[in-house]
Amino acid sequence: MASKAYQKTYTHLEAITKATVSLKAPGATNDELAMVDGKLAQVVKTKGDLVTLQVFANTEGIPTNAEVSFFGAPPTLKVSDELSGRFFDAYGHPIDGGPEVEGEEREIGGPSVNPYKRKQPSQLIPTGIAGIDLNNTLVSGQKIPFYADPDQPYNQVMADVALRADVDKIILGGMGLSNDDYLFFKHAFENAGALDKIVSFVNTTEEPPVERLLIPDMALTAAEYFAVDKNEKVLVLLTDMTLYADALSIVSNRMDQIPSKDSMPGSLYSDLAKIYEKAVQLPSGGSITIIAVTTLNDGDITHAIPDNTGYITEGQLYLKADTDTGKVIVDPFRSLSRLKQLVQGKVTREDHSQVMNAGVRLYADAQSAKTKLENGFDLSEYDLRCLDYAKEYAVRLLSIDVNIKIEEMLDTAWELFAKYFKPEETGIKQSLIDKYWKA
Amino acid sequence: MSTTGKVSGIVSNLVTVLVDGPVAENELCHIDVKGTKMLAEVIKVNGNTASVQVFESTRGLKCGDSVEFLGKMLEVSLGPGLLSSVYDGLQNDLTTMTGVFLKRGEYTDPLNHEKLWDFTPIAQVGDKVQAASWLGEVKEGWLPHKIMVPFSFEGEYTVKSIKEAGSYNIDTVIAVLTDSEGEEKAVTMVQNWPVKVAVKAYREKPRPQKIMETGVRVIDSFNPIAEGGTGFIPGPFGCGKTVLQHAIAKQGEADIIVMAACGERANEVVEIFSEFPELIDPHTGRHLMERTTIICNTSNMPVAAREASVYTAMTICEYYRAMGLRCLLLADSTSRWAQALREMSNRMEELPGADAFPVDLSSIISNFYARAGMVILNNGQRGAVTFIGTVSPAGGNLKEPVTESTKKAARCFYALEQNRADQKRYPAVNPLDSYSKYLEYPEIKEYLDEKVEKGWVEKIIEAKNIVRRGREMKDQIDILGDDGVPMSYHIAFWKSEMIDFAFLQQDAFDQVDALCPIERQKYILNTIMDICAREFDFDDYQKCREYFKKLINQLKQINYCVFGSEEFKANEHELHKLLENNGK
Repeated sequence: MASKAYQKTYTHLEAITKATVSLKAPGATNDELAMVDGKLAQVVKTKGDLVTLQVFANTEGIPTNAEVSFFGAPPTLKVSDELSGRFFDAYGHPIDGGPEVEGEEREIGGPSVNPYKRKQPSQLIPTGIAGIDLNNTLVSGQKIPFYADPDQPYNQVMADVALRADVDKIILGGMGLSNDDYLFFKHAFENAGALDKIVSFVNTTEEPPVERLLIPDMALTAAEYFAVDKNEKVLVLLTDMTLYADALSIVSNRMDQIPSKDSMPGSLYSDLAKIYEKAVQLPSGGSITIIAVTTLNDGDITHAIPDNTGYITEGQLYLKADTDTGKVIVDPFRSLSRLKQLVQGKVTREDHSQVMNAGVRLYADAQSAKTKLENGFDLSEYDLRCLDYAKEYAVRLLSIDVNIKIEEMLDTAWELFAKYFKPEETGIKQSLIDKYWKA
Repeated sequence: MSTTGKVSGIVSNLVTVLVDGPVAENELCHIDVKGTKMLAEVIKVNGNTASVQVFESTRGLKCGDSVEFLGKMLEVSLGPGLLSSVYDGLQNDLTTMTGVFLKRGEYTDPLNHEKLWDFTPIAQVGDKVQAASWLGEVKEGWLPHKIMVPFSFEGEYTVKSIKEAGSYNIDTVIAVLTDSEGEEKAVTMVQNWPVKVAVKAYREKPRPQKIMETGVRVIDSFNPIAEGGTGFIPGPFGCGKTVLQHAIAKQGEADIIVMAACGERANEVVEIFSEFPELIDPHTGRHLMERTTIICNTSNMPVAAREASVYTAMTICEYYRAMGLRCLLLADSTSRWAQALREMSNRMEELPGADAFPVDLSSIISNFYARAGMVILNNGQRGAVTFIGTVSPAGGNLKEPVTESTKKAARCFYALEQNRADQKRYPAVNPLDSYSKYLEYPEIKEYLDEKVEKGWVEKIIEAKNIVRRGREMKDQIDILGDDGVPMSYHIAFWKSEMIDFAFLQQDAFDQVDALCPIERQKYILNTIMDICAREFDFDDYQKCREYFKKLINQLKQINYCVFGSEEFKANEHELHKLLENNGK
């Protein structure tokens, strides 16, 4: 990000709110950065000479005679291979004690890829977690969030996914991370010895919320550098997008905009889409895959943030605590990867989609058996088998601590089918039964 | 001397301009940002201040930047070469753009000006013509593309000269017309038309008289859409809205399909790019792309152009309709369009209506739906624009302004239901909440009597009643328990399940089942209704369930077989055998 202010300075503020300041500054351009009393700010509104600036750090302590200078350019990031292995704040300044990165300066939040120049995603991203690889296979160029309650270990799962995924670069965009979580990611990356392929942009809860608005654009500008310029497979992790949206609503509120549903700005859909749609498979082989976290309020997916997200992303993954086994599992019913059919049975083994469907269907039968049991009805012999199957299925396949190859997942599933069921009870095509049934 | 102005205020893509002369509502202007000209549209004028919405990112714009007004509204170019094209919301050709990223201020020509077309005259010197009269014809691939008197020509003209048959590019003057005053006007193969104005160059717009087949049973039989009709598909995410829309696009009985991807996922459009050139149109055997035009304004492209995209798509449909063709417009999704309106209204600080949408949302939506329709052209031929829009209701709640406004405007309603989707009952169209007003039209009833069989509509109503009764029985069974209700309840419930599984549900990914022509729909529904008319009795509800499950399975096998094939007949035979036993 540009660090030198070169334009004329101003010293009289007309108005101050908790997130914005206004002043007379003719010639200020839309979206350009400014420094207000040593704090970074961005032009969000101009009316004649009157300019409104959104101050990223809050406006606490800014006096009406604060010094304001304009940069003449929107926020930028210097991109080069030196980004690898580094940790930055929301402005792109190093927070790991290392030197500033040298490289080409690029505006963040740039234009979108011409849809006609995209390619249909077709490359598998294996994660080792069967709840994902087997039931909700991820594809490069996909965008998919975890819908999780705040108490669930989504950051751990995401770190696992990132470190196991076969990608060239991992870019972490941390918004409102607690300091503990930030250090968790840092250690996880260090311990895995994968630091050189990771770039992190982090805004912690100790920092002002409005700063978060820069994080996704920073992370994605870096991602575009590696994917477009270097033809690399890039995985972008964004956590937590709910806190990002909260920051949007703070700014729009301070600008007296009329809120729409759940006090979110009316532009929430476009704002989120601009970020998620950066996920792309390029014909050159480079790709950007986005895995995000949207924390839910007590599982409510009708709230404006998860609801709008659902319309933008290509599926969603739910974590769930399985009380029968004490494991955290990837919920096989509500989770969905919209792009899975692009790789299942095409890149993976031919029996993949049938095994997946059978496994989930039998698990659903176990759920109905459980309901029956709870309501005091007698269980049939089939119900009992289903319940036993469900326990083992949850532990050996759905649990997030599983780490095996897809072939092994399929074999495990066949093994479970044979252990608890007759071939015709699985509903799998006869030709596949003949080939894979473990007698 | 055209009007110019200076930028006086900026909030995101809403810009106010101080103007030095007259400006018109919806007039276009160019805003100069460091040498890049960005297109914008006037949406409000107050004194000498015009509020304009910019179709691009306003980054780097400042007060005092110069603005030039263009004296015209947002227009599309209409001429040969529209088919198989991929445009953005402003009709820029996305395929000819350079670079991976969209560049601000890069506008590409929608039509190829060099390409030669084989022209054959239709009109003769001395003919009296008016707007939309056919002057000649070129072959646009398979399509006889009519070259018409521009829609903007008012009154009657006489053909003074017309080009003889030959190869010309679109800018060639192919005819000279003289108006009643004797003034001459040249006509080329391309004309421009403002997108927000409906094309009215036809004799009359009668009520729709026939059904547009889609091959989807729950639509064609249960809730048919008329040719020239309107319908909409609301549904929460993950309910199969896109799959259903793509099925309609692939199978719809129309000459031209225009798909407007309005604020939706780019990867879904990429799916169309990748698949349509491969897929075959079941009605003509040609590649699907040969009848398709895509207007693509995905969710990350500029918001204001999103609003324009649906109008651009509609205008292209109206143009082909004037050639006597049947067009189908699919817009996914109109909610995103409404949200674009909301964003602008919000920035203009207008007093908001429900859910912060602009108060005139309802009238904007109904005006747009009203542009669809079957028309009788001035030469007596017929053309139609059928419009199906999707709606993405927030939180899946249908009591929100866009769904409610659309419900008033559209004649068919296909309610996608989360519950059905969760049970994998696809297409997840609720058979009872959904409706088609066209079933009430006497002319449509007559048409179906003729086309399908006498009393078809009555049969559909009866089938719906069986489904409704089945649901009521199911509620009773759930409350009183399987043993607590008479056997007739179970039988009524399973009859409705049979209609649901074997008729309403359809496998969009199965080669045979995906497309079910009306003839076949008639066969399978009659088969099912005959079974429903039978009396059954069972010893216990388990037996009833087992028997009907077998029937359903057998009916589904029939659906999966090629109509009339050996395999089909074998399954049919199995079904008869099952029925002979009558459950015993």
